Amino acid sequence: MKSLKLVSIFSFLAVFFSCSDDDDVEIINEEEVITTLRVTFIKENTNEISTFLYQDLAGDGSVDPMISADNLEANTTYIGSVEFLNELEDPAENITLEVVEEGEEHQVFFINSTSLNTNFSYLDTDANNNPIGVEFSLTTGDASTGNLSVLLIHDGDKFADGVAQGDISNTGGETDIEANFNVVIE
Amino acid sequence: MKYILLVSLFWATIFNSFSQECTLSLSGKITDTHDDSPLAFAIIMLKETGQYAEADKDGNYQISKLCPGKYTLEITHISCENVTQEIQLPHSKKIDFKLEHHLDELNEVLLTGRLYQDANTYNISKELTQDEIDRFSNLSFGEAVAELNGVSSLKTGASINKPIIQGMHSARVLLINNNVQMEDQQWGVDHAPNIDINSAANIQVIKGASALRYGGDAVGGIIVSTPQKAPLKDTLFGNSILNLNTNGRGGGLTTSLLKSYSNGWYIKTQASAKRRGDLQAPNYNLSNTGVNENNFSIGFGLNKIETGFNAYYSLFSTEIGILRASHIGNVRDLVNSINSSTPSFVDDFSYQINSPKQKVNHHLLKLDYFKKIQNLGKLEVQYAFQFNKRLEFDVRRGDRRDKAALDLQLSTHQLQTQLKIDRLENFDIRLGIETTYQDHFANPETGVRRLIPDYEMFGAGGFITSTYTLNEKVVFDAGIRYDFTYIDALKFYRTSRWEERDYQTDFPNLIIEDFGTQLLTNPKFDYHNFSASLGVHYQLNNAAKWTTNLSIATRNPNPSELFSDGLHHSIASIELGDLRLQQEQSYKLNTSFSQKKDRLSFEVSPYLNLVDNYIVLEPNGIETTIRGAFPVFEYRQTQALFLGVDVNAKYQISDTSEITAQFAYVHAEDITLNRPIIDIPPFNTRLKYKHTIESWNNLSVSLTHDFVAKQNRFPDLDFTTPVLDPSLGELVPTEVKISESPADYQLFHIGAEMPFQMKNMDLRVGVTVQNLFDTSYRNYLNRQRFYADEIGRNIQLQIQFNY
Repeated sequence: MKSLKLVSIFSFLAVFFSCSDDDDVEIINEEEVITTLRVTFIKENTNEISTFLYQDLAGDGSVDPMISADNLEANTTYIGSVEFLNELEDPAENITLEVVEEGEEHQVFFINSTSLNTNFSYLDTDANNNPIGVEFSLTTGDASTGNLSVLLIHDGDKFADGVAQGDISNTGGETDIEANFNVVIE
Repeated sequence: MKYILLVSLFWATIFNSFSQECTLSLSGKITDTHDDSPLAFAIIMLKETGQYAEADKDGNYQISKLCPGKYTLEITHISCENVTQEIQLPHSKKIDFKLEHHLDELNEVLLTGRLYQDANTYNISKELTQDEIDRFSNLSFGEAVAELNGVSSLKTGASINKPIIQGMHSARVLLINNNVQMEDQQWGVDHAPNIDINSAANIQVIKGASALRYGGDAVGGIIVSTPQKAPLKDTLFGNSILNLNTNGRGGGLTTSLLKSYSNGWYIKTQASAKRRGDLQAPNYNLSNTGVNENNFSIGFGLNKIETGFNAYYSLFSTEIGILRASHIGNVRDLVNSINSSTPSFVDDFSYQINSPKQKVNHHLLKLDYFKKIQNLGKLEVQYAFQFNKRLEFDVRRGDRRDKAALDLQLSTHQLQTQLKIDRLENFDIRLGIETTYQDHFANPETGVRRLIPDYEMFGAGGFITSTYTLNEKVVFDAGIRYDFTYIDALKFYRTSRWEERDYQTDFPNLIIEDFGTQLLTNPKFDYHNFSASLGVHYQLNNAAKWTTNLSIATRNPNPSELFSDGLHHSIASIELGDLRLQQEQSYKLNTSFSQKKDRLSFEVSPYLNLVDNYIVLEPNGIETTIRGAFPVFEYRQTQALFLGVDVNAKYQISDTSEITAQFAYVHAEDITLNRPIIDIPPFNTRLKYKHTIESWNNLSVSLTHDFVAKQNRFPDLDFTTPVLDPSLGELVPTEVKISESPADYQLFHIGAEMPFQMKNMDLRVGVTVQNLFDTSYRNYLNRQRFYADEIGRNIQLQIQFNY
């Protein structure tokens, strides 16, 4: 009898604890993901704008991203800026602000294939006087084509040899963004 | 004692014979409460008159020449508790008495440790005793168990260790903590068991699914961790162990106390704390590998022979830093890590635990009740509640920096009833039914899509196991079990992923709401599983025994295998579950032969495990995200064969020195694809020499040599993908070598310890040096082998007090 009583108490406890309140499940729109990289080039002393865009709204690799790059003019200087957006949020969240705020931990690298005649220089600095790379200038050479990779590295060593000059080899860290563009300079 | 009593009773009787003439008599039988066996030579005495009688070999007694009246009876038996009872004697009476005959037996088993494995005697198993557990006090549960032959550890860095039994791990290994099956999100390879090694008094590893009362899905094996049992006597004891380590510059302290009473009541408590900073490999600091762990348990109860109950609560709470360099962005980072000899991120030593890190709390509450049922056996009812909260912190930006990227809460209720029937001669039967309700909740506040969805799970099962003792030499055991599981999940899929998986064809009815880019689905699965076990135990003679067991186990795909979809930063991969997965079915033949001959004793345990629908996770293709390219790991089912042998031997060189040797080998083959299975422990050996110098206050010294071979049998899962070469500025097809196993290695460890007897306590001081020569090596079973070496030399000081 006593054991029966105990069994019933246990079962009661089990039922009591089981009453869960999470029957409704909330949708999560990924907060942190960067869906979009936009590089804007303004031709020096003009209002002419060229844009590179890498957009991956799925964000998980299940669909191929949209990649586009306007052609650039030969032997021209551009003032460039990089924007990181999360377009899953409405309105789109501008992640560039966070990157700049934590500038000591972030750096944008521009890596072009040797065939492409470009020359990048950083126009911004973090608190340690190292470049961040959200603002930069680009000078093109003669007409050429090739790959341009734009990378955002998090927690790399920004004091390592050559890193402040834009050499990625010694930085380490982890890659937050790696976008490759086919660029035509004409 | 007995004789003094007899002598005095003798004289008392002489004197009493002069008293008045009386004609009544008192007779009856004195038996053991537990099994009704007669208690020969029990003494029954009337306190008022001093008259007494001694029970004969059948437990019968008789006292005659009694006067009518009221008497106080005292019944005594060596090793039993005295029973005092008042009776009225108006006429001659027949009264039977039952004594609790187990007091000494309990004490004895407590001394020998046999108390902890009585029910699992006929399984092929290995165990850690209290002495060994004390010495491993500073290790994690997984590391300590891996000290046993045939058990290895699947590691994520140095701090996260999952036991591998004869080649199998995670959901294929059941963990039983204090008779409760652990429900602590064991699906993840980086989810270590949430058990404090110091809470156990005995840990048994059963190499197979033969112990069906614990579950039917132990394709790999079962680990049974049992806390200290209270003796049935008035006592108070406890111990404290202090550990100090040079590597990690930390240590731990654990203390336990137990108070018990001869009337069966007891209360016990145990607490431990562990603190450690970054560990060091021989050549660099392993940044962000600190640990901060706090555990506590308390239990009380009443343990009579006839009935009793136990209440137990334990909290396991840990914060573990994950090697910073192992958190990487994409396949280019992975290639850089594989090709580089040093981690991509090395900082100075620190006690700070930063992201990435894990923070896990596991609560266990258990209530049980048992009652002996006369002429039948013992009924046990147990309720257990577990709550597991797992937080994983990723490297995040901005104000999300301190917000967990993963916040999973798993609540489990288990109710089980077992009936042990021990009345039949030579035949023990155990019947049981159990029900489980589980609720999993993934907190949406993380702002990261759920890796494991919200789900509810209901399970019910029943089993019958029995052992049949044919004769002194041969014991058979057999069991069958049935389990029903129903799982009801609410899972969001990206619409693109749902289509890419082609789920709309196979599961068109699962979608309950369309959010545009995401679909809410409601997968409901039920599983009916049968498992069975048959074994024979043959005691050839005093020195040799042979045990063989055949078991069939069935395991459901777990939530991770079914549902996971997302990015794993630790190996830079996208992991995709599969709704189409079926149950795994294992057929395991296990045999073990052991013999002692003069100074040599050995045990050989070969096994064969054939698994249908074996679930493996393997890379299959590449997907590109804005972070770059990632290998995609998908689950696949195949037929797998595991063949292996565990051998250990001991040679007693002299009374004071001994040498032990052990080796383990497992050969695992994917039969369908005709290639080796991934992550199988390589051949390994251990040789240990121990010498005790009695004249130096029993100083004992030991030297241990570990050899781990290179695993030559691994599937070639390397893949080629375009990777940016910064010097060329181009994407160059690059082979990503994720398959190759690290080179073989050998390690030496030395240890010395000395016991001290003090007035009210025993003290033991031990010093060990692990990895004596500070050898740099990498371990095939460590998922972080691409990023950093294993830890270097560690000197540990251990001080234990028993009081």
